[in-house]
Amino acid sequence: MHLKYESQLREPLVYGHKTFHQVTEDIVRPIEAKPSKLWYIGFYIAVCLLMFGVYSVYRDVTYGIGQWNLNKTIGWGWDITNFVWWVGIGHAGTLISAILLLFRQGWRTGVNRAAEAMTIFAVMCAGQFPIFHMGRVWMAFFCLPYPNSRGPLWVNFNSPLLWDVFAISTYFTVSLLFWYSGLLPDFATVRDRAFTKLRKRLYGIASFGWTGSTKHWQRHESLSLVLAGLSTPLVLSVHTIVSFDFATSVVPGWHTTIFPPYFVAGAVFSGFAMVQSLMIIIRKVFGMEDYITMGHIEAMNKVIVLTGSIVGIAYLTELFMGWYSQNKYEGYTFWYSRAYLFSPYGWSYWGMMACNVLSPQIFWFKKMRRNLVVTFFMSVIVNIGMWFERFVIIVTSLYRDYLPSSWSVYYSPTIWEIGFYLGTFGLFFTCFFLFAKYFPVIAIAEIKYVLKTTGESYKEKMGHLEHVPAEVFAHSGHGHTTVENESVI
Amino acid sequence: MAKKKFVVASFDDEDVLFPAVKKARTAGYKIQDVYTPFAVHGLDHALGMRETSIHTAGFIYGITGTTTALSCISWIFTKDWPLDIGGKPHFALPAWIPIIFELTVLFAAVGMVLTFCYLCQLAPFVKKHHFHLRATDDLFVMVIECNDHTNIDDLVAFMKNTGAVEVDVQVAEEGWWLGRYDKDEVLFEHKTVAA
Repeated sequence: MHLKYESQLREPLVYGHKTFHQVTEDIVRPIEAKPSKLWYIGFYIAVCLLMFGVYSVYRDVTYGIGQWNLNKTIGWGWDITNFVWWVGIGHAGTLISAILLLFRQGWRTGVNRAAEAMTIFAVMCAGQFPIFHMGRVWMAFFCLPYPNSRGPLWVNFNSPLLWDVFAISTYFTVSLLFWYSGLLPDFATVRDRAFTKLRKRLYGIASFGWTGSTKHWQRHESLSLVLAGLSTPLVLSVHTIVSFDFATSVVPGWHTTIFPPYFVAGAVFSGFAMVQSLMIIIRKVFGMEDYITMGHIEAMNKVIVLTGSIVGIAYLTELFMGWYSQNKYEGYTFWYSRAYLFSPYGWSYWGMMACNVLSPQIFWFKKMRRNLVVTFFMSVIVNIGMWFERFVIIVTSLYRDYLPSSWSVYYSPTIWEIGFYLGTFGLFFTCFFLFAKYFPVIAIAEIKYVLKTTGESYKEKMGHLEHVPAEVFAHSGHGHTTVENESVI
Repeated sequence: MAKKKFVVASFDDEDVLFPAVKKARTAGYKIQDVYTPFAVHGLDHALGMRETSIHTAGFIYGITGTTTALSCISWIFTKDWPLDIGGKPHFALPAWIPIIFELTVLFAAVGMVLTFCYLCQLAPFVKKHHFHLRATDDLFVMVIECNDHTNIDDLVAFMKNTGAVEVDVQVAEEGWWLGRYDKDEVLFEHKTVAA
């Protein structure tokens, strides 16, 4: 069954009267051209940040995590904040590529490739924090269950921290497979138009010998669909499990059943903001305005205002429960440590409220949703807000809990803690710059697939149908029909 | 592998391709394959292919993951080294659900991708014959296998009649071999092809 006609009220997903070949040209051009000066400058900055991060981690490994300002009370600080932040950002890629595929959202085709790449790089960054937080990082493999010479002493399968090990590594692997299997046909496209021997050889290796055979495409479609179906519960499970790290403890402010949906919504919220930042840059730098249209930007802004509001409801629910439960520890955490502006960390709570709940509300206005400057600015604000959220959850719960004698308000990060965070930015952007230079940033084959039904020239051809009476239209073969060529001969 | 003769007909529109496939099959020609730049829905049916059962394989890998996780964890925590965690039951099924779920997904995804690569014979360093370099760009390339009784001139004329924009005859090797794409393939000329 095909929907052969789509209303002109829906704007085209691909602008410009593109042919298949032009799509290839437009998307492969940045790969074949010499990178611009801006690319070199950006790449250089990213590598410098990465180097600083490597040095910070080197100090951490050599001298121990005493390099950081964590103390006995505030045992989780910037490191776990950054971990949760990066993992959250990673969620948008899978949401776009998997959940929107299952929901048949055509607009995902323009942005899914870059969003999935972002997911993979963000999860890579996230993984660094718990690993180096272990201190003796050379023993990190102790958290894998394998028959060992220590008993064998197994890991604790009942611990959310171990669930995290499984969740994050599975998530990374599955995202990588999903992303790379989608890349195979596009690598083949780049290979078959390569004009130097080296390109031909390297893209030949990367494309696994893809030919575009019908049987391969059939299996490929089936594979993508099942991987999307697997990734959908996976992406929900990952941030749910991250939230269990907190929710299964008894610390006031963490011990709440609202955490899983609240974390997942927050993850989607921050992830879409990051996709938005990257997409606005990519469409500008590579001239991809025909593929990443204002319609795409607007659709993502709608997701941002929706998830931002879900997160807002969660904050208010927590405050309400802090009072309604009449539990004095909960009340103290929510109404003093967090919501009271002049408490030691009150600024972070109100920073979070301003960035995450109040400011995204401007996206109720269509003009704002379709304004690139506002969108870019807001995408950065949202990510700052989501960083504050994790900081609020972690630090404001830890610094004053049950026992006043162990309270501590003296936590501010050292330069090496900040350096580690900056280093992950370096890692993320180094990977992303390389991706943008050497990989097709838009899924070529998928764009070609939707071109005939949602491209601008197709839409214009369908223009006259707008005025056809309904009865005539229904019998003229433009609605839902089983296309003749689908019948088995 | 033995070399064979193929008639290669290229189409620039899938709406022309479908009737051409139908005609070629009705005329009794053996279509070796149709190479397309993107997944053309319905083409597999038009070629008379059966549905892929790769999703069934995925299901089997998935339940393998489930049973692996469940049996390993329960053996470890009830038989091999029962840990006393706050006096709670050793067989703590609810607490194992996250890991059981993750391993289900992991086994299914990895297994399916490997199966996909195996069935399609795709791997790094694998090289295959490409009948037309634009098959990954903008052409739909129908390849018809010839035997001793095929009248090639007739076939070429037949394919031109069905609306092919380009028809040529190639002697090629089917299947795959280990090789490099820069060795023996004609390099694509770096210029804009009139579409």
